[in-house]
Amino acid sequence: MRKFVAAAFAALMLVPGSLWAACAYDNQTEIKSFSAGFQAWKSVTDAMGECGNFQAVLDQEFDQKHVEAFSANPSLYHIGGVANSSLVPLLNNDLIRPLDDLVAKYGGHLSDAQLIRKDGQVVAIAMMVNAKHLMYRQDIFEELGIAEPQTYDDVLAAAETLKQAGVVEYPMGATWKAGSNIGLSFIDYFLGEGGTFINDDNTPNINNEIGMAVLERMGTLKEYMDPEILVSDSTYVQQQFQQGKIAMANLWATRAGAMDNPDESTVVGKVAMASAAKGAVRPSSTLWWDGIVIAANISDEEAEAAFQVAMEGMDTEMVQANNNDAIWLIEGYTPGRFSAGASATAANGALPYPASVPMGILFNVLGSGLPAFITGEKDAATTLADIETEYLVTAREEGLIQ
Amino acid sequence: MKFRVFLGFIAPSMFLMLVFIAFPLVSVFIQSFYTTTTVYENVEVETCTPGFGTTTCVTETVAQPLKDQNGDLVTETSFVGLESYKNILRLEEAFTDFSWSSLMAIDFWKALRFTLVFTLVTLPLAIGLGLLIALAVNNFTQRLRGQIIFISLLPFIITPVIGALSIRWLFIGDGILTAFLEWWLEMDIAMFAQAWTIELMMMFYRVWHVAPFAFVVFYAGLQTVNNDTLESAVIDGANRFERLRYVIIPHLMPLIVFISLIHLMDSYRVFEEIVGFSSQSYVISLQWLTYEFLTLDESGTRSIERASANSMMTMIGIVIILIPLLQKTWRDHKARIL
Repeated sequence: MRKFVAAAFAALMLVPGSLWAACAYDNQTEIKSFSAGFQAWKSVTDAMGECGNFQAVLDQEFDQKHVEAFSANPSLYHIGGVANSSLVPLLNNDLIRPLDDLVAKYGGHLSDAQLIRKDGQVVAIAMMVNAKHLMYRQDIFEELGIAEPQTYDDVLAAAETLKQAGVVEYPMGATWKAGSNIGLSFIDYFLGEGGTFINDDNTPNINNEIGMAVLERMGTLKEYMDPEILVSDSTYVQQQFQQGKIAMANLWATRAGAMDNPDESTVVGKVAMASAAKGAVRPSSTLWWDGIVIAANISDEEAEAAFQVAMEGMDTEMVQANNNDAIWLIEGYTPGRFSAGASATAANGALPYPASVPMGILFNVLGSGLPAFITGEKDAATTLADIETEYLVTAREEGLIQ
Repeated sequence: MKFRVFLGFIAPSMFLMLVFIAFPLVSVFIQSFYTTTTVYENVEVETCTPGFGTTTCVTETVAQPLKDQNGDLVTETSFVGLESYKNILRLEEAFTDFSWSSLMAIDFWKALRFTLVFTLVTLPLAIGLGLLIALAVNNFTQRLRGQIIFISLLPFIITPVIGALSIRWLFIGDGILTAFLEWWLEMDIAMFAQAWTIELMMMFYRVWHVAPFAFVVFYAGLQTVNNDTLESAVIDGANRFERLRYVIIPHLMPLIVFISLIHLMDSYRVFEEIVGFSSQSYVISLQWLTYEFLTLDESGTRSIERASANSMMTMIGIVIILIPLLQKTWRDHKARIL
């Protein structure tokens, strides 16, 4: 999934399966998995490796490559690690297989929330959920007498107070790096204001009052941020927090644990996890899940082995050993301080990312079109009109609009 | 050389050039006039997202690709003429009010502006710096030349993206050089917060990277300067600058043209700098634009049509920019024959 992309380049890691330590299933078939490269996937694939004959490729450019990799016949990988967004092209191209039989045979322990269904068939097994939520420096907020921000008006007021007090370098951080980061941030804000992105005829619905309001607010927020905000991705924001340079930001729940990592962080125990601030309608955030799929272009025997290996990787033992890596959906997970913010965001009514083909196109053109507004090159109206034009051209080429 | 022998020598190279350069070019050229669309239908689907103890389900109408009996996607390829070119150039919008800002709002023109400035600014700097190093090394004591040449070549050996990244790390955020500049000038500096500082760094990087190539070529050329001519120039009372201006530079002219050709072709395709400095929010190049069209989006679609059209435009641009130099080479060639 793109949201975790930390560096501009693929971080390729090969994890050879060498240990047969704690695997109940003795794997005799050569199994390969392909997934994104953040810590949760590393923990899961390490656990899969315990079954032997297993090789994992972890790659932060996963969603640039997975369609090609699974289109091959036989597929280059047996197990794929997907998210809501990267599942769409795999489903549309029939590259993954229905899992109902395998779930009935080997997945009795799975909870219903883990089974991702499409047209009644199980197509993926979710292992974790993720969302961006508000993190803020509790110590500073208490000192300055700022209450936990509930809405974006509160956020702006807090930012102003922080700026006046001058206790941190920049009051706010944000994942606004040009590309998918800033695109998703816009999607978060837009959903928070109650917008819908795509009309029934696949035309975009962003060049309106809601879009204008979101851009206007982004323009105001920018004043409280690092001027180099357009190179700021999740890792950048995480480090700014750890080094005490910012006092609040909307950041991924999977990054929460890093705030208390004594090796990196100077603010251990000082960062509070809260719900994403609300727009006019609901929290400005989107809910995501990550999970596994099994390739269509492999033999049934391989699929059976792959599914069993995957289940070993996603078991209670793995969760207990890596509790803080993610908000696991797997039995045995103990929610703690780091999952509180994401849970509150979901409880307040944040929506899942509305994955679809037109949405994928819009996501992309938002990511490349928005920076011009942040740099001041274009005003809000021009920015939205240009993004709309860009979407229409791409959608027409794709065949979504005649 | 007999014509048959000549043919025998160049045939393998011609063959490879046809297969790997000419045919792909023709295919891209043809592709830029066609578009392939997938047929979509709107379907009502229920999507459920596992939540935090709850499952959130949303029912919505979503476009899904149509499939035939074999389960393959139904696609339609049609001839669209210059449509993709129009979509890139956006001529009506670009030239409605003849204002610079409305022209720069369009990706292609923005990219063209930077590509041209980048190419034309770095050209004289790279050649000048290369010549300067070559002259300096040529006048250095024989004993240390080897070491000096090796050190001067280092920037050229480094992989472009790595070189660009290392310069980026020096300046990004509170990188050591930014921190030093802030301390020295006593002001807050953000090198990555506006276009011109990024452009400056990119040009600095490119000159630093390619000057060694110019240097090596010029250094080799300097070894063949006619010493008699130089001596007679000294006797005629020419000073150091005049000897450079009237003897050495005319002697090196064919090499200068050669390096200019290579440099123009290379820097017109500027790409590594955009990646290395992650400058795409401020500055993009034509090559980057092609890359962006080819990048898959979240839903697995890419625009081959516009990528092809943009590649063709880049090709045409390179040819245009090379014309003056090629003309000069051709004139010199004819003059020599006569």
